[in-house]
Amino acid sequence: MAELATAPAPPADAVVERLAGLRRLAIVPALNEAENVGRVVDELRAFDPGLEVVVIDDASGDGTARIAEEHGAQVVRLPFNLGIGGAVQTGYRYAFEHGFDVAVQVDGDGQHDPAQLPLILGPLLDGEADLVVGSRFAGAGKYRSTATRRIGITIFARVVSAVVRQRVTDTTSGFRAVNRKGIQLFAADYPHDYPEVEATVMCVKHRLRLVEVPVTMRERAGGRSSITAASSIYYMAKVLLAIFVGLFRRDPAPTEDIRP
Amino acid sequence: MTPLPVTIAAAIASFLLLVVVFELIRSRRLRERYALLWLLTGVVLLALSLWRGGLNTIAGWFGVETYPPAILGAVGALFFLLVLLHYSTVISRLSDQNVILAQRLALLEQRLREERVSGAGS
Repeated sequence: MAELATAPAPPADAVVERLAGLRRLAIVPALNEAENVGRVVDELRAFDPGLEVVVIDDASGDGTARIAEEHGAQVVRLPFNLGIGGAVQTGYRYAFEHGFDVAVQVDGDGQHDPAQLPLILGPLLDGEADLVVGSRFAGAGKYRSTATRRIGITIFARVVSAVVRQRVTDTTSGFRAVNRKGIQLFAADYPHDYPEVEATVMCVKHRLRLVEVPVTMRERAGGRSSITAASSIYYMAKVLLAIFVGLFRRDPAPTEDIRP
Repeated sequence: MTPLPVTIAAAIASFLLLVVVFELIRSRRLRERYALLWLLTGVVLLALSLWRGGLNTIAGWFGVETYPPAILGAVGALFFLLVLLHYSTVISRLSDQNVILAQRLALLEQRLREERVSGAGS
């Protein structure tokens, strides 16, 4: 069973203090988020000045990269659009190659509130988890969505919970944190296209410990989400197929020296 | 009515297609996104070859009176056409990306040489 943290957010100062000895990175995937990415970077740096921020610009057509740079982030510009999976994995490879101990993943659209990072980092710092996922549905707050999206979310939650034999409520959340083990695994192998669901399953199959914590997410501040209704059927089919085939795949446990 | 040997042969062939595609995905030689059309092809062909009454009915719609399994071939051809078209778009995208990669790499090499020259000069 997933341990669902019910305690209120630990004070940010205490968490930042415990992070002090660790090399920590925020991975911010962004596609055409010129409106939001500056604020995201500012908030991350305000939360923890020692947190390095790397924005992965997935070939945006607007000023996303320039704005992120102006706000003090490292920027990796992809030569063409790789999709969210390829972009996020670029961030994990960056984390792996630069020897980071902890990586948090925060969307560039501003829906993830860096003030809630203490919740997500808590189980990691306590050594209770290798992957911590911020869940919209594990308790805190309310989440509004369309009926079709809710159905999809429920199906994924059921399927993933059954596969990983642990209660998982939010499989599509991109608000997550990993330790060095997780960084190694994701740098070596990360799903394509719509990766969060598969990444969750992959982690548990590699015997990484998964803990969900309840978080609230904000409405998008500006711009448009890149997931359209038309792609959602393809998304469901592709991810369910990947999970199904994954059941028949024998994956080695992650080794210490994974070369991406 | 479809001759029984045709039904058996078609069913075995479509089942084999499904097995091969599954194994290719499992061994990571085929990505899920490129496998979906193949799987759909296999499932439709398997269903049509096993569901003999249905094949007859569909053949009736198209006025194929003499030999219903002709529909199997037509449906198969349609799906192969779809797969080929899909691959054409994939190849087009790949070649565009390849050009971008080559350009970025060449510009990067040029910048490195330039920095080495100016570094050596100072």
